[in-house]
Amino acid sequence: MIGELGQVSLCFALALSLVLAASGLMGARVSNTVARTVATSSAMGLLVFVALAFGVLTYAFVVSDFSVALVAEHSHTLKPLVYKISGVWGNHEGSMLLWVLVLALYAAMVAGLKRGGERLTSAALGVQGLVAAAFLLFILFTSNPFLRLDPAPFEGAGLTPLLQDPGLAMHPPMLYAGYVGLSAAFSYAAAALMVGEQGWARAARPLMLIAWIALTCGIALGSWWAYYELGWGGFWGWDPVENASLMPWLIATALLHSALATEKSGAFRTWTLLLAIAGFSLSLIGTFLVRSGVLSSVHAFASDPARGFFMMVLIALAIGGALALFAWRAPTLQGGAAFAPVSRESALVLNNVFLVASCACVFVGTLYPLVLDAINGTKITVGPPYYALTFAPIFFALLLLVPFGPVLGWKRADLKAGWRALYPALGLAGVAAVAVLAIVSPRGLAVTGAFAVAAWLIGASLLDIRRRKGARASAFAAALAHAGLGISLLGVAGTTAWRSELLTVMAPGQTAIVGPYTLRFDGVTQEKGPNYVADRAHVALMDGGKVKAMLQPENRFYPAEGQDMSDTAIRTTGLRDLYLALGDDRGGGRYALRAYVSPLAPLIWLGGLVMALGGILSLWGRIRVKEAEPKPAAPAVALAAE
Amino acid sequence: MKSALMKGVVALLLLLIPVLAAPLPARAAVTVGENFSNPATESRARNLQRQLRCLQCPGESIDESHSPFAADVRHLMRQQIAEGKSDQQIRDFLVVRYGDSILMKPPIQPSTWLLWLGPFLVLGVGGAVAAVVIKKAAAREG
Repeated sequence: MIGELGQVSLCFALALSLVLAASGLMGARVSNTVARTVATSSAMGLLVFVALAFGVLTYAFVVSDFSVALVAEHSHTLKPLVYKISGVWGNHEGSMLLWVLVLALYAAMVAGLKRGGERLTSAALGVQGLVAAAFLLFILFTSNPFLRLDPAPFEGAGLTPLLQDPGLAMHPPMLYAGYVGLSAAFSYAAAALMVGEQGWARAARPLMLIAWIALTCGIALGSWWAYYELGWGGFWGWDPVENASLMPWLIATALLHSALATEKSGAFRTWTLLLAIAGFSLSLIGTFLVRSGVLSSVHAFASDPARGFFMMVLIALAIGGALALFAWRAPTLQGGAAFAPVSRESALVLNNVFLVASCACVFVGTLYPLVLDAINGTKITVGPPYYALTFAPIFFALLLLVPFGPVLGWKRADLKAGWRALYPALGLAGVAAVAVLAIVSPRGLAVTGAFAVAAWLIGASLLDIRRRKGARASAFAAALAHAGLGISLLGVAGTTAWRSELLTVMAPGQTAIVGPYTLRFDGVTQEKGPNYVADRAHVALMDGGKVKAMLQPENRFYPAEGQDMSDTAIRTTGLRDLYLALGDDRGGGRYALRAYVSPLAPLIWLGGLVMALGGILSLWGRIRVKEAEPKPAAPAVALAAE
Repeated sequence: MKSALMKGVVALLLLLIPVLAAPLPARAAVTVGENFSNPATESRARNLQRQLRCLQCPGESIDESHSPFAADVRHLMRQQIAEGKSDQQIRDFLVVRYGDSILMKPPIQPSTWLLWLGPFLVLGVGGAVAAVVIKKAAAREG
């Protein structure tokens, strides 16, 4: 019965999304207040019904209602409650429902916040409604989560153990809040093209910021999960699924910067629109890549061509439609801001060039093997070495330029004064480079460069913070976000250059040394978890003759799913990780063991958090300023304060 | 009575399906065994392993992967290192045997020119457009 309630809710949601699309678009064309009222309430109604459907599915998972096929295929009575809930989005159908839920949430926010003119809001809601309708059709026709199973099986098939992890439970909602959130920027941009309103960038900014913050956190969370869960200590594999989230992030970052100039001086008006369209288009393409199965193999795609084909048409319509609208309407927008070659505007142009080129790099690297295979069957792999030679230099050049942005004023700036303001940061970078060259080893050119650039970024951010002392919180947003980049870079450089590794077979009582740590293997015990059995190793971290801490990496076996899974043990000082993974049984109580010491590794994710915090400060400023509009949001802190 | 028994058997079989259809273990590759005693040779082998992709588990290198395929390749290449073959010779051998996709780094050949140059092309075109935009804006600024 409950399953049918979900099904009915989805149908209502589809109807409401169509009403939303129609009324929203009508409200944009005529001065039709009725249509606008209808659009606002149908946006709220859409959220209610999608949330209801999602709630019903969650309930079915929680009570293990195996008469719902999806629950039977992806859940199990013995699973802990949190993984029953995260199982909702640990599969294709459920994750598409989550996708639409986030879309509806953003539609409701557009309706609720009512930023920008009435016609703009209405048109944006209409576009959001169109997208929602398309994806609800996709769910109902190709990926219905409420299909029944008769007779209901006695027990479910379980969730792949890889997904039974707190990090991964949170990862998809966070990521979706990010890249589906870019739909709001997309809808506002399309709306701006329809009604010809200039103020859209300011109207859309809070939602763009929310999406960017969530995307940043989502990517950091995914990388952290890969680090501790996959058992080989890597934090980014340039896997197509990871790339699918990185591309929208790069474009969203470019968009936030470009929109700043559009808001401030009306510069890059058409370009900002194009970025807003591109950002969500990449989210759609990413969803297609991950969800159609085209990545894992062409066969996975062919095994259910309806989904892939439906989604491809949908994406072609969305992107094609938006671009056609752009081509038709963009030339009518008056553009052409005036600024000197040395100015904040020029710096933002460069920022966008490098961000778009890095995104192009990830795009080409992700799609090239698929395209080449489709064209002539040539199979190639585009792995980390490719990105090290293409993405890394482009992004590195961008990082070098980042500190100049905040020191250059709008319209016309003084490059010499900018340089002078940055001297201390330059000094810090020099000190960092010398320190790396003098103290540590190995001391390659790349590590030295990375440390110098990280110091440059962090130093420049500190200077920026000092310069703005006394300003309101949102003035520090850029400084924090840029410092976060530097902190992450420190982590990446430290762990890549100085990771030490130990790969050994140990008998109980034996000790081994890895980096600065001495480890004693105390044997393995059998443990029983809620839905798994584990071999738990007991490894003592020694300090002289005393045991300082116990680390317990495990190998788990999940009988319901019939899968093995390793659970690593990590001990961190905040600046250095000791990382242990248990290998196989070598007989006689001896086990293979892999240990890493990763200096600075925690900084990788700390940097992500600091970046997100920067976004939160900026958002905070926007919400505070809302009452005081239409005053310019960001205080123009002049360099003259020096 | 009989049908209750049948139900039990069916339920048991259903329970067994996932066990029988068990996919590859998703466990970290902690392989020890044929390590070279010379640290330089060992680090060369590890380095080479990182440049090769496991063809059974997308996204993982031969170094990380726990699959039997990766173990075979590790064995094979270590044998060849012991025989005194160069890294290039070993890579060539593996490419002949398994195709280009075993290399993490895509080969540079006419069909991949666009792959290697594409990002820099975008950067170049973007730079040119940026120069024009800035120049126009400067002209308006006067």
